[in-house]
Amino acid sequence: MHPNNSQETIENYDKMELLRFTTAGSVDDGKSTLIGRLLYDSKSIFEDQYEAVKQSTERRGEEGVNLALLTDGLKAEREQGITIDVAYRYFSTPRRKFIIADTPGHIQYTRNMVTGASTANVALILIDARNGVVEQTRRHAIIASLLQIPHMVVCINKMDLVDYSEEAYEKIKEDFEAFASKLDVYDIHFIPISALVGDNVVERSEKTSWYEGPTLLYYLENVHIASDHNFIDCRFPVQYVVRPNTDEFHDYRGYAGRIAGGVYKKGDKVRLLPSGFTSTIAKIDTFDGEVEEAFPPMSCTLLLEDDLDLSRGDMIVRENNVPEVGQDLELMICWFNDRPLQVRGKYAIRHTTQDALCMVKEIRYRLDINTLHRDLEDKTIKMNDIARVVIRTTKPLFHDAYRKNRITGSVLLIDEQTHETMGAGMIIG
Amino acid sequence: MNYHLNHLKELESESIYVLREVAAQFENPVLMFSGGKDSILMVHLAQKAFYPARIPFPLLHIDTGHNFPETIEFRDSLVERLGARLIVGSVQDAIDQGKLVEEKGFNASRNGLQTAVLLESLENGKFDAALGGARRDEEKARAKERFFSHRDEFGQWDPKNQRPELWNLFNGKKNYGEHFRVFPISNWTELDVWMYLAYEKVELPSLYYAHKRNVFEREGTLLAETPVIQRRPDEKVIEKMVRCRTIGDMTCTGVWESEADTLEKIIQEVATTRMTERGGRTDDKRSETSMEDRKKKGYF
Ligand SMILES: Nc1nc2c(ncn2[C@@H]2O[C@H](COP(=O)(O)OP(=O)(O)O)[C@@H](O)[C@H]2O)c(=O)[nH]1
Repeated sequence: MHPNNSQETIENYDKMELLRFTTAGSVDDGKSTLIGRLLYDSKSIFEDQYEAVKQSTERRGEEGVNLALLTDGLKAEREQGITIDVAYRYFSTPRRKFIIADTPGHIQYTRNMVTGASTANVALILIDARNGVVEQTRRHAIIASLLQIPHMVVCINKMDLVDYSEEAYEKIKEDFEAFASKLDVYDIHFIPISALVGDNVVERSEKTSWYEGPTLLYYLENVHIASDHNFIDCRFPVQYVVRPNTDEFHDYRGYAGRIAGGVYKKGDKVRLLPSGFTSTIAKIDTFDGEVEEAFPPMSCTLLLEDDLDLSRGDMIVRENNVPEVGQDLELMICWFNDRPLQVRGKYAIRHTTQDALCMVKEIRYRLDINTLHRDLEDKTIKMNDIARVVIRTTKPLFHDAYRKNRITGSVLLIDEQTHETMGAGMIIG
Repeated sequence: MNYHLNHLKELESESIYVLREVAAQFENPVLMFSGGKDSILMVHLAQKAFYPARIPFPLLHIDTGHNFPETIEFRDSLVERLGARLIVGSVQDAIDQGKLVEEKGFNASRNGLQTAVLLESLENGKFDAALGGARRDEEKARAKERFFSHRDEFGQWDPKNQRPELWNLFNGKKNYGEHFRVFPISNWTELDVWMYLAYEKVELPSLYYAHKRNVFEREGTLLAETPVIQRRPDEKVIEKMVRCRTIGDMTCTGVWESEADTLEKIIQEVATTRMTERGGRTDDKRSETSMEDRKKKGYF
């Protein structure tokens, strides 16, 4: 082994980026096989895991090693043979560390898909080449668009079963593009693959010589994610106030939080919400010392020049770039609970680090997430439904449109009695 | 534009965010400290999250009485350096008081007894959030664990009824008597942890580095020779160069043959190893779903 190997590993690690992606596909499209293949081919499977899967495969009376079993989680799922929750998987290559939010594709798990999509940089959509674009494909794409996942990669799987036909691939690609033109997605890639055999997953396939694009892994390693955050509009929700109360740091009053948008610099003039007062950033502090600049998604502590009294839920923004401040919000909401959304119902609402109450004033329509049809008649919002609603909050929220900022544009609705998370909302305006 | 964090910094930032959420949303949190690298990482991150203030919650160690002496020494010096408050929940005391009955036989372990002492310690301290160093890559049942994991008044986990977690919005609201387990390093892998500890030059217990030790083999796992494990006649003690990949109770923590006596070498070993770190733990081998079963009962 090369003597500098570990040093190289360490230097490599220093440059690695984190990419989160979500997967969805209909049952039997080959999602589990694909994830198993990515993990296996990137050598992220350990021997004991591999052995365990091999044994399970044998116990089930199947042949070979069923890579799909690698991604099986809970008992109930093993018994029923389906994925019912979001499961997180990890693998890495020398360029990037990947977090997969592996979600079930069936309509009754829309809420799980929405959950997985909420933090993803990339949506990976699987299509069975024999079936083409089906209802579930459209649903997954609509969810990715609603949740504003910045990049979409459509893997047309089981190419081995259609003789690696370029025609079949092109037809599906056209169908999908025609439908996607109605969506809010701008960066779509298509890749013909066979998860089972491994074509174009990690290794380029010789059987698809007509295809000139990257393999799936190459795409995932290189897709440009550096601008997935908003670096323009400065948003810093105060999360926690640091007051050491020690002799050494007697007058220290720091506002700790994670940058939700924009670049903050020492000396910047800032505006504080809700008071509207202005001040200047005296220092951007971290355990490792002062920094000159802070940007998303950094966690840091801001110190101001003036002695002002901010607390959790307040926001530090730029003087001339403030978010919307208001109590009346339009939301696209995804419902999570088996008790339907109540019009005139009161819920607790969480927005950034701020808590309030809200009332649902109106349901504008229920969105059919297979067709994008707006249902103005049946407005009962049940579990897994998506709807456009109007709410009023008990105090002003400092918000942006979800399209502009996923952090300052999202809310949770929480039941006041049981404290369950009832729904997740994306702010329209 | 060059505004970008490498993945370790991004993981660090996420964990700090979660730790601060806990301090802000709960009245009386506690950090579960096992003495292993993951809980040492947690303490390090907590120090960062609240700097220059002290960590605003105590550490809780559930001591089975079968810990490696090195673990206890390390724990005590760390607590002293941080000026933190340490609470010890003792399995030995619970046995002595007749609250628990010790397992008998060759594979006797106090692992199962830990859960009862943990739950009792949480109740006595009236803690409403217990921070744990579990990671999702460790084991398949953990792959679905939330950052904020809700537990009912019996401390039980209901995997089918978990609260959805979206964006960076964590719902820590609860009714009286309920509490949360919170896992700030959910998204770290074993290699991430080692890399980060190396970068940050974090001090670790000597057990993690290769050293000579008397060991014996049982069902493919090497265990340390100690009076707390009863050996079968055919289990011969031999001296080997070994190190721990996880640190827990001596009765169920396997040691690994290794020459890795520096962090660099450990990283190299982890990067090329083909076995999961839990592969050496006999408690996970009892059945295919043993981790899930233990979690439902309140194990972290
Ligand atoms: N021929 C072929 N079969 C595949 C391919 N990908 C998956 N399969 C098979 O399709 C079936 C369903 O795959 P699975 O991964 O379990 O699908 P999931 O339900 O989407 O997770 C299994 O029998 C797989 O072996 C592929 O690329 N080619």
